[in-house]
Amino acid sequence: MSSFWSIWISVLTLGTLVGCYLLLRMCLKNFAGVKEGESMGHEFDGIEELNNPLPKWWSTFFLITIIWGFGYLLLYPGLGQWQGLFGWKSSNQGILSLEESKAKVAQAKEQGLLVEYDREMAAADERFGPIFTAYAQRSIEDLAKDGDALKVGQRLFLQNCSQCHGSDARGTTGFPDLTDKDWLYGGSPDVIKASIMHGRKANGMMAWETAVGGEQGVKEVAAYVLSLSGREVNPEHAKAGQTKFAMCTACHGAEGKGSLAMGIPLGAPNLTDNTWLYGGSQKAVEESIRNGRAGVMPPWADILGEEKVHVISAYVYSLSQN
Amino acid sequence: MKNKHEPLEKHVGWFFIATIAAISIGGLVEITPLFFQKETTTPVDNLRPYTALELEGRDIYIREGCHTCHSQMIRPFRAETERYGHYSVAGEHVWEHPFLWGSKRTGPDLARVGGRYSDDWHRVHLIDPRAVVPESNMPSFKWLEEDLLDGELTGKKMETFNMLTKNRGHKNEQGEYIPLYSAEDIAGAKKAVAGKKEMDALIAYLQSLGHALK
Repeated sequence: MSSFWSIWISVLTLGTLVGCYLLLRMCLKNFAGVKEGESMGHEFDGIEELNNPLPKWWSTFFLITIIWGFGYLLLYPGLGQWQGLFGWKSSNQGILSLEESKAKVAQAKEQGLLVEYDREMAAADERFGPIFTAYAQRSIEDLAKDGDALKVGQRLFLQNCSQCHGSDARGTTGFPDLTDKDWLYGGSPDVIKASIMHGRKANGMMAWETAVGGEQGVKEVAAYVLSLSGREVNPEHAKAGQTKFAMCTACHGAEGKGSLAMGIPLGAPNLTDNTWLYGGSQKAVEESIRNGRAGVMPPWADILGEEKVHVISAYVYSLSQN
Repeated sequence: MKNKHEPLEKHVGWFFIATIAAISIGGLVEITPLFFQKETTTPVDNLRPYTALELEGRDIYIREGCHTCHSQMIRPFRAETERYGHYSVAGEHVWEHPFLWGSKRTGPDLARVGGRYSDDWHRVHLIDPRAVVPESNMPSFKWLEEDLLDGELTGKKMETFNMLTKNRGHKNEQGEYIPLYSAEDIAGAKKAVAGKKEMDALIAYLQSLGHALK
């Protein structure tokens, strides 16, 4: 802060405090030319104004707040460049990047400055840091059997994951159920962790309406797809659809068992198990074929950090282990 | 010294002026200096202007009153930063006119909501919040999926932002300020948004939030 603005702030602030004090002193003097407690010589509707002094308790408190104000400005940074005797700050200022933010935390620590936010974070780190570090050294399978770790994982899941996957992790239309054994990218601990850390962007099922031959083609492919999980469909449609399904096999596999069955992480679901990410009604399947689908799981590494993701992975892994 | 305050008390005009003078001191001390501080007027390193679509989305955000229930201001408390990310810093908001910090959280803070959810999630959630968050009390904004942007005013909005942020943009190698939007941006603004759904604009805006500090 430039010295001009520092002086500007200080003069106005201190001037106001002094002004308040002078005003109070003036008001405590009897300058009305009338004795205390006597009439000021006018009345309205029978109500007379008497020359009463300010209540003692009120003027005393006013004086105390002024003294408090000076004390506060001495101890805390309220007057421009003045840092205050405590050297206290609520948070670091003038940050232009995360790196700079980290540097300022280190700098404040080195100089022994009292930055409230940094202190709060350091205290929490000291308390919770060792717990997460200990968890990070254990395998996800091991953590998935640890009740305490699962509680931590569940809390983090509810805070960060439930908005899409639901608070019971059963998902909803378009957002996968995490409690079953049907996985798009794989349900092993490492794959779950990778999915959370780096997110998943489905290669994206393209819109197939034109390629399969218009609305009739969509109906036929849908009929064949539904028949894969044993649903009753129009057999003629299904037969015509089977030929066209050749276009789908690149991602969903020749048998429609999904990309995972082929060992490729494309995110193309298994179509034979009657588990439907976007709904299993004839209409919903047709819609998927007509306009395509592209689910996205955002990456969490930067937001949560690896240690927390590790614990969430254990929680998610545990859900499908019963 | 007899009743010097009498003229003030008996003439409402003078009393009004004196009151304004007294209460403006607070603003002169707390607000005015911030307009001239390097700490509060320097953009963070990765700040970029909104794209045409994001800019339209921002206006929809204002029109629908999102800021009355959602703040965009993460305070420096652990309880907030654990949930929302790094606390908000001044340099992230230097080009905001008006700022959308908000003062009430019926819903969560959105200062760093960008990238936390997929576009699909935002679409479902804006059409029917309870389809993904059963406990939600957010209203449905399903008309956003039907209303289309015409982009008639997008270029003008960019010009307005250029005017409002004059001499507060990034600097080029010669140390001159570059306006937020180039003539090319402004000329292409209509084409960039015309025919797009309001929903797409709002989602683009939401996904852009909070990435500048990195």
